[in-house]
Amino acid sequence: MNFETTIGLEVHVELKTNSKMFSPSPVAYGAEPNSNTNVIDFGFPGTLPSVNKGGYRLGVMVALALNANIEQHTHFDRKNYFYPDNPKAFQLTQHEKPLGHDGWLEIEVDGQKKKIGIEELHVEEDAGKNTHIGGSSFVDLNRQGTPLVEIVSKADMHSPEEAYAYLEKLRQIVQFTGASDVKMEEGSMRVDTNISITPVGSDKLGTKVELKNLNSFNHVRTGLAYEEKRQAAILKQGGEIGQETRRFDEKTGETFLMRVKSGADDYRYFPEPDLPSFEIDPAWVKEIQADLPEPAENRRARYINELGIPEYDAGVLTDTKEMSDFFDEAVKYDANPKLISNWLMGEVNGYLNDKKVGLLDTKLTPEHLAKMINLISDGTISSKIAKKVFKETISNGTEPETWVKDKGLVQESDPAVLKPMIIDVLDNNQQSIDDFKNGKDRAVGFLVGQIMKQTHGQANPKVVNKILMEELNSR
Amino acid sequence: MISKDEVLHVAELANLKFKDDEIDGFVSQLDKIVTIASNLSTVDTEGIEPTYHMGDTKTVFRPDKGIHTQTREEMLENVPETQDNLIKVPTIVDKEDDE
Repeated sequence: MNFETTIGLEVHVELKTNSKMFSPSPVAYGAEPNSNTNVIDFGFPGTLPSVNKGGYRLGVMVALALNANIEQHTHFDRKNYFYPDNPKAFQLTQHEKPLGHDGWLEIEVDGQKKKIGIEELHVEEDAGKNTHIGGSSFVDLNRQGTPLVEIVSKADMHSPEEAYAYLEKLRQIVQFTGASDVKMEEGSMRVDTNISITPVGSDKLGTKVELKNLNSFNHVRTGLAYEEKRQAAILKQGGEIGQETRRFDEKTGETFLMRVKSGADDYRYFPEPDLPSFEIDPAWVKEIQADLPEPAENRRARYINELGIPEYDAGVLTDTKEMSDFFDEAVKYDANPKLISNWLMGEVNGYLNDKKVGLLDTKLTPEHLAKMINLISDGTISSKIAKKVFKETISNGTEPETWVKDKGLVQESDPAVLKPMIIDVLDNNQQSIDDFKNGKDRAVGFLVGQIMKQTHGQANPKVVNKILMEELNSR
Repeated sequence: MISKDEVLHVAELANLKFKDDEIDGFVSQLDKIVTIASNLSTVDTEGIEPTYHMGDTKTVFRPDKGIHTQTREEMLENVPETQDNLIKVPTIVDKEDDE
């Protein structure tokens, strides 16, 4: 018996705002517990919510980047449940009229391109964070009320690889809008999956199983692949798949039963009486559309076609928005794009991996990198000195041109200065001249080394070579 | 007619616990309420847009500016028990949904 797999994904993305979705409390990752809370977040009686325009705008940005239609007439709903991480006992969401609907994105698996539909996107508020220490439970409400956009895919994926490709693509698209950091490890992107399998040719969908605790895209892929096998084995033996929620165990790569679902969840949704209805102005949506940053795909094509960057390199440069933005900015300072790309992929990435930091955590600016590259291109500094300059500017934010001058690191290219030094070195090394005349090319290397020593590595090697050969041949 | 099971279900959703001898009273009370409320569904609403809000204002946004309106100390003043500025709550047994 062969089976067909059907997968749907629900992705929560934290929106990068200054304040919460329904209260003016500041939003900051890693703040002191309960420091960014107010009476609204705590659900005090008599408090009223208000809708964050910036949060809604970012939600619209994500929806537009995913080719979704924006709902013009909308309102917020209460989703009611009891849990200590939400003292209001309800979550504000858009249940009935989601912010956007019917979007899509394109994935590529094994060279095959495929459109995956987006059912809908809605904005809502996050809950607080629970911790469990020594048999007790504790709550930090800093995250309570943080804006989220939930992106619900259509059940268009039919393999774990397609689900993985969808998540990669979704992360890239959202990241390039600038609306979210989309970092799984910081919880600014969270994934819930639904998977069912059914015998090929059957027109009935299989029973949906929900997977939780998926902390990386790899876990999603491994967990789904395990589920495919587990469910197929049950069906082959004539068994039935239970409607259940399962938890992924990252140590074994297996899933295990968390709870059996008995009937549909009962959240008793109703329209939020403390907030008015919303009319989303199409002119505002147009404005947001016009403000959307250039997507990764367009940037990649531009790098290849207009700047002559190799395809692979263009892929690396558009891996993250910060890298791509940095590259675009550096190109504006008239440095050679290919050289900028080489430095970013080589020295810069090496430094970031070594120090385990992000590009924006360093003191390197696009202007400084471009200036340093131009100093190499015009012969002012040697590539050896450039490494010193690079270390200085990325660590301390030092302006390369001034630093090179102040430290006397400018490469010596003037023949009038170099020639007397070269003659002096030759006069003191008759043996090397004899060796050279006897066909020992190694002697040249030794002589260049001597000259470099005299100039503390600052002689322009090209000029030194030229003068040295002329001198040697004339003796 | 509202059943006893429905009352128990609603009570559970509302985090309420009743003694056995209280339930029947709620069954008849809730039944009356639901009967009265269901009169609304006899009104012909064909072709009428649903109303989501009774107010006459629409589309009120707040600018995205972070403001501290209360201090942490003020917020934790009414919390029965804290530890390292965290709110201590009855032990959560069902830990599955924690992120």
